[in-house]
Amino acid sequence: MAAEMRHTNAAEPPAESERGIEPLAPVLAPGQTYASVTDKISSIVLERPYHPGWLIGFGISFALVLLLLFAIGVLFTIGVGIWGINIPVAWGFAITNFVWWIGIGHAGTLISAILLLLRQRWRTSINRFAEAMTLFAVACAGLFPILHLGRPQYFYYLIPYPNTMKVWPQFRSPLVWDFFAVSTYGTVSLLFWYMGLIPDLASIRDHARKRVSQIVYGVLALGWRGSAVHWRNYESTYLLMAGLATPLVVSVHSIVSFDFAVGIVPGWHSTIFPPYFVAGAIFSGFAMVLTIAIPLRRFYGLQDFITHRHLDNMAKVMLANGLIVAYGYVMENFMAWLGGDPTEVSSSMDRMFGRYWPAYWLLIACNVLIPQVLWSRRARANTALLWVVSLIINVGMWTERFVIVVQSLHHDFLPSEWKMYYGTIWDWATLLGSLGLFSALLFLFIRFLPMISIYELRELVKETGGGKQRPDLMSATPPTRSKL
Amino acid sequence: MDENRRDIDVDVEEVRGRLEAARGPEYWRSLEELAGTPAFREWLHREFPRQASVWTDEVSRRGFLGLMGASLALAGLSGCMTPKAAQKIVPYIEQPEKLTPGIPRLFATAMEMGGDAIGLLAISREGRPIKLEGNPDHPSSRGATDPFAQASLLTLYDPDRSQTVTHMGRPADWEELLAAMTAVSAAQRTVAGTGLRILTGTVTSPTLGAQIRRVLTAFPQAKWHQYEPVNRDNVRAASIQALGRDAQPLYDFMRADVILSLDADFLLTMPGRVRYARDFIDGRRVAEHDAVVAKMNRLYVAESGVTVTGAKADHRIPLRPSEMESFARAVSLALESPASTPATNKPANPDQWAALIAADLRASGPRALVLAGPEQPPAVQLLAHAMNTRLGAVGSTLHYAAPNEEEAVDNAASIRALADDMAAGRVQALIILGANPAYNAPADLDFARKLDALPPNSFTLHVGLYNDETANHCQWHCPEAHYLESWSDTRALDGTVSLIQPLIESLYQGRTAAEVLAVLLSQPRSNPRDIVQDYWRAQHPGPGFDAFWRKSLRDGIVGANKPPTNVIPSAGTPASGLFARTQPAAGRQQPAAGSQAGAAGVPQSAIRKPQSAIELLFRPDPTIYDGRFANNGWLQELPKPITKLTWDNAVLLSPATAKQLGVVNEGMVELEAGGRKVSGPVWIQPGHADGCATVHLGYGRTRAGRVGDGQGFNAYLLRTSDSPWSMVATVRKTGRTQPLATTQHQHAMEGGEIIRAATLKELRERPDSVRKVDKHPSLLPNYRYDTHRWGMTIDLTACVGCNACVVGCQAENNIPVVGKDQVSRGRAMHWIRVDAWYQGAPEDPRIHFQPVPCMQCEKAPCELVCPVGATVHSAEGLNEMVYNRCIGTRYCSNNCPYKVRRFNFLQFSDRTTPSLQLMYNPEVTLRTTGVMEKCTYCVQRIEKTRIAAEREDRPIRTGEIQTACQQACPTRAIEFGDLNDPDCVARRLKESVLNYELLGELNTLPRTTYLAGVRNPNPALEGA
Repeated sequence: MAAEMRHTNAAEPPAESERGIEPLAPVLAPGQTYASVTDKISSIVLERPYHPGWLIGFGISFALVLLLLFAIGVLFTIGVGIWGINIPVAWGFAITNFVWWIGIGHAGTLISAILLLLRQRWRTSINRFAEAMTLFAVACAGLFPILHLGRPQYFYYLIPYPNTMKVWPQFRSPLVWDFFAVSTYGTVSLLFWYMGLIPDLASIRDHARKRVSQIVYGVLALGWRGSAVHWRNYESTYLLMAGLATPLVVSVHSIVSFDFAVGIVPGWHSTIFPPYFVAGAIFSGFAMVLTIAIPLRRFYGLQDFITHRHLDNMAKVMLANGLIVAYGYVMENFMAWLGGDPTEVSSSMDRMFGRYWPAYWLLIACNVLIPQVLWSRRARANTALLWVVSLIINVGMWTERFVIVVQSLHHDFLPSEWKMYYGTIWDWATLLGSLGLFSALLFLFIRFLPMISIYELRELVKETGGGKQRPDLMSATPPTRSKL
Repeated sequence: MDENRRDIDVDVEEVRGRLEAARGPEYWRSLEELAGTPAFREWLHREFPRQASVWTDEVSRRGFLGLMGASLALAGLSGCMTPKAAQKIVPYIEQPEKLTPGIPRLFATAMEMGGDAIGLLAISREGRPIKLEGNPDHPSSRGATDPFAQASLLTLYDPDRSQTVTHMGRPADWEELLAAMTAVSAAQRTVAGTGLRILTGTVTSPTLGAQIRRVLTAFPQAKWHQYEPVNRDNVRAASIQALGRDAQPLYDFMRADVILSLDADFLLTMPGRVRYARDFIDGRRVAEHDAVVAKMNRLYVAESGVTVTGAKADHRIPLRPSEMESFARAVSLALESPASTPATNKPANPDQWAALIAADLRASGPRALVLAGPEQPPAVQLLAHAMNTRLGAVGSTLHYAAPNEEEAVDNAASIRALADDMAAGRVQALIILGANPAYNAPADLDFARKLDALPPNSFTLHVGLYNDETANHCQWHCPEAHYLESWSDTRALDGTVSLIQPLIESLYQGRTAAEVLAVLLSQPRSNPRDIVQDYWRAQHPGPGFDAFWRKSLRDGIVGANKPPTNVIPSAGTPASGLFARTQPAAGRQQPAAGSQAGAAGVPQSAIRKPQSAIELLFRPDPTIYDGRFANNGWLQELPKPITKLTWDNAVLLSPATAKQLGVVNEGMVELEAGGRKVSGPVWIQPGHADGCATVHLGYGRTRAGRVGDGQGFNAYLLRTSDSPWSMVATVRKTGRTQPLATTQHQHAMEGGEIIRAATLKELRERPDSVRKVDKHPSLLPNYRYDTHRWGMTIDLTACVGCNACVVGCQAENNIPVVGKDQVSRGRAMHWIRVDAWYQGAPEDPRIHFQPVPCMQCEKAPCELVCPVGATVHSAEGLNEMVYNRCIGTRYCSNNCPYKVRRFNFLQFSDRTTPSLQLMYNPEVTLRTTGVMEKCTYCVQRIEKTRIAAEREDRPIRTGEIQTACQQACPTRAIEFGDLNDPDCVARRLKESVLNYELLGELNTLPRTTYLAGVRNPNPALEGA
């Protein structure tokens, strides 16, 4: 992980200054002041009327949420048999979606925690909504392990709670590790995100004119007054949280990959899975951040805060991780060949040339071939192209998980039990519904919470020399940035 | 009145609509609701009296249909005792003698099917039969069963069985029928029964036979017709020609060293199958012996379709039906005048095969056996007779016995005579007992239309388990008692007679055939038990009768334990004398070598087919037989042994023929013969003979019940009385497709060592050739098993792929039926499946069967990954499923390399149908949605035996526990036992050189191991 990041850094020009300003593409457009930053960001929450675009977007998303609820209702009434799963392919869309969403949920923490620790100041404008996106992706991901249970009402058997039966979870099972990994990650992501929001919530509270807003944001701000003591405690806690969250970025997807790697299914049973999954997670996470950031900065006119520099850096991270993922694909097949195990070879051949060949070549195209355009600076500077590439990567990464889950299962040891899997209308409804849930939550987030960290931007303003005026709101600007 | 009527009609429409829509539980519930509506009750009350005029009234007729549906089901409500039993639990006030709640009891009985009978033991729990097992004392069973016998239990409890007497499609009652029959009887008595006809299937019941003969005595001009769609007409015709009298050949496979089967599927569909399978396999069982000295029989099979018998053959010769006779003739000729040198290379054509087989047969002499399937024309049967005679096999591997039928007839002629009489207006009263001619009579007779065309004043009565196609064309229908509800008797193929005793009071007030006939004999209130007992009292007069009766009931065999086989006694070699009549023909014609005419004195059949058309074979279905089991979900969902198709029949074609016709799997083709057309989906069957197609009978039912209706296509629509088994037809692609549900899509092993096989010669040369173990190293210590160590062996040499184990397991473990849609989604629930593997060229692959239950791995991959510990390892090595704990992650199934775990994707178990609740094994949980399940080694049987042993303070005896699959297996391919017990058979077999672990390289240490399949090909061909 760290290696990649260094790699990413190394790709940047050596002339980069310590303050994170680069002549070609600044992280904050010139001319911004403390006030303009605060006004611009808080006004989205407080002053702008409901834009028809927002209403339409949210409406569509919410309709998909209703679809999700309906699909879940049917699922809980009738059973998981409404999906296309069978024996041997007992896991289908649900697990694919789970792994995909969890992967997407990696970008936020990576940006917030690891880039914070690595003092990558360009993260400032994107970390807030990346964190939110993480949280929402984890929420979507967290749905699926429960939905996919045959008897979801007993999901709590996974929790080690004292009970009269004296039965504990079976701790050798990767699903139990998974349960802990995902719930820990979800909790830490939520806390980290909320922690980061507190000074900004206070800002909004102070800007709010309506009583309801004042109360709601006031409660959420937890009595933040911006005193030096607050800021000192806050800074150290935030750093501690970042320290805590950092290993999680690596651990969650490693453990998710154990769900497969611990199994004996050919196509799953492989030691390369943890790093390959983590890289894939960051790959898809950054793709999702870009997918959201590019339209967002356009619609809300945030080009000054989310600059080409950000997009460029994220594209580079994507490219690097994409290469690691591609290495994973190559190694999987190479190892099957090198090991010579007939079932592994057979599985690899089937992956490429069997009945699921379109999925495999689609993922190769989406995840390996197309992202290579990001080597070009011009491609990285073209936001429309970047956006399309990020969308393609999202599709590719979903396909990759589909291939790992479904193709491996449908072609294992005994050919007599080989059967095809096809997603049913309910499989698709659940996938679409989870996309709807994700985007609905995002729409709510950008409307009701500051999508860019105000206080951190103000620090940037100070560092870039824009903060000549007096701090207009003492709550929103830390007196000093901590000495690391 | 009109106003009133309109209102009510609306209600009836609604009744009908709701009835049509309702299935299972709602069916009952909606009826209870409907029965409560005042309008319905009024209508019921007012309209119930029979009015012929109402029937012709269009509006009222519709009403009647509605009422009929409702009444049938209502009758079910009142007629079935279950709802009450389920609602109130009352302990016995007086404990019935010998009945301890919770302790199952065994009763001997027998099942009759298509002219054959099998002795059974029924396991009864609290007065309900819950499982059928073979009667070890019965020679036709020897403790095993076929899938049909196992599944007949479900037919007993089938909620779709006919539940009430009907008249003109309306509910009536027994008393009304009695009155009508008494009137008919009186009328016919005056004319000596001129217009009375009785139609039955093949009757093997001495009591029923005697009863019919009494009827014929009372009505001298009456006639008794028999029609069984899958019959032995050809065998009968040939033996009359050859022996001068009807005789049934009985084969002794134990004594046979070289066997040639001319399309005889003696392992699965031929009468006597269970015994034959056992004897055949006993003659080639190498696993128990030291393979080096083992002796195996050798089986040659010439057949058109692919049967399990063909799959078990050491050499299989695919032939078109039209080639069969010339092939048999060639073998016969070669037997008479041996060619100088039989071919040593792989024979290229049937003639070379014939020379080779003849040489092998001749070398075995009296220990050789040639058998022709009952579907083969008399010419082939005669050739088989002649060959056996020449070989000296008669009296050695083959005996001629009097047929076990009460009165053997030519079925085709018999039904034709009846149809002619009906058409000629000579039939005034027709009583159909158990047969379903409207569905399965030859198509050229147009039987259903003739039934409808009978004059309105004639009397037609159908007695059957279902209100089926024939019932629909008869005025009266009377529900028949299932054999598990009946007093009767039956004679097996070898002459062994068994009493059939009821295991449960008739669920739907069914009557036995004998009971119905008693009405004609003016004994309308006969007790069915008395009818049977009176018959036997007449056979065994004297004071010892009671003891005789009790012993016969208890043993399941009438008379001595050693059954008297009805072997035809004769002086000297029986057949040589009997064949004298045909031999001169051979002498006269003196066939020159190469001339096929007149070989063995059998005149050559004139039937020649045009080379362009396709030959069509009709065969009984390997699971639903002739259609009688169409409403039996266990058998419908039972994968056909070779194709693994479920719920459908198909037009089976060889790969080359399919290519020639340009059809692919599931593509619909139209078969046309004699102006009759039928469309069915194609299924390509490697190994099928080119230029012909096999269609299985029994599908395309229209009034089978909710399970069987509309499944498959009806091949009877093409089948005529003069060509019942094969005919020339044209095939036309329709361009449409119809999905088929198969449980196995892939029959090639993809290079894996899934099946290990060897020939006897290879084994003699390198005894350890199959015993290679290539294990990955393991860091984990092995478990220790200090008490019991349950294990199983499955002998692939012995497995004939008949599926008896699958149905036996299904009955024992309450395994649900999921339906065609779910099967095609890959969700069949069988805990044990029989994989069919094809090896070699698609024209004639070698087929291996491999039953796969849970392997009960010692290092089970499933146990490791279950997050909640719902599948755990027991101290005795069982891999146990804890249903209560299972949350349904399905991870265990993903990690099971054998894919033997089954998941309840939906609520598959029927927990509400009352009659099915009676059937379930109370010792096995009914699983709910979202729970994983799998083979448990019948843990309930282990525990039951353990408890019994502990109560008696003794160890569990060797072989005391039999799993359901092991118990059902006709060939004892499955052995189960405690591997810590030095006397355990399974333990001994695991030490055999043939023992191997499936996917042993994964180090799962499976407790179920296989014994490699050994074949005994002709040494002259080996390596070729």
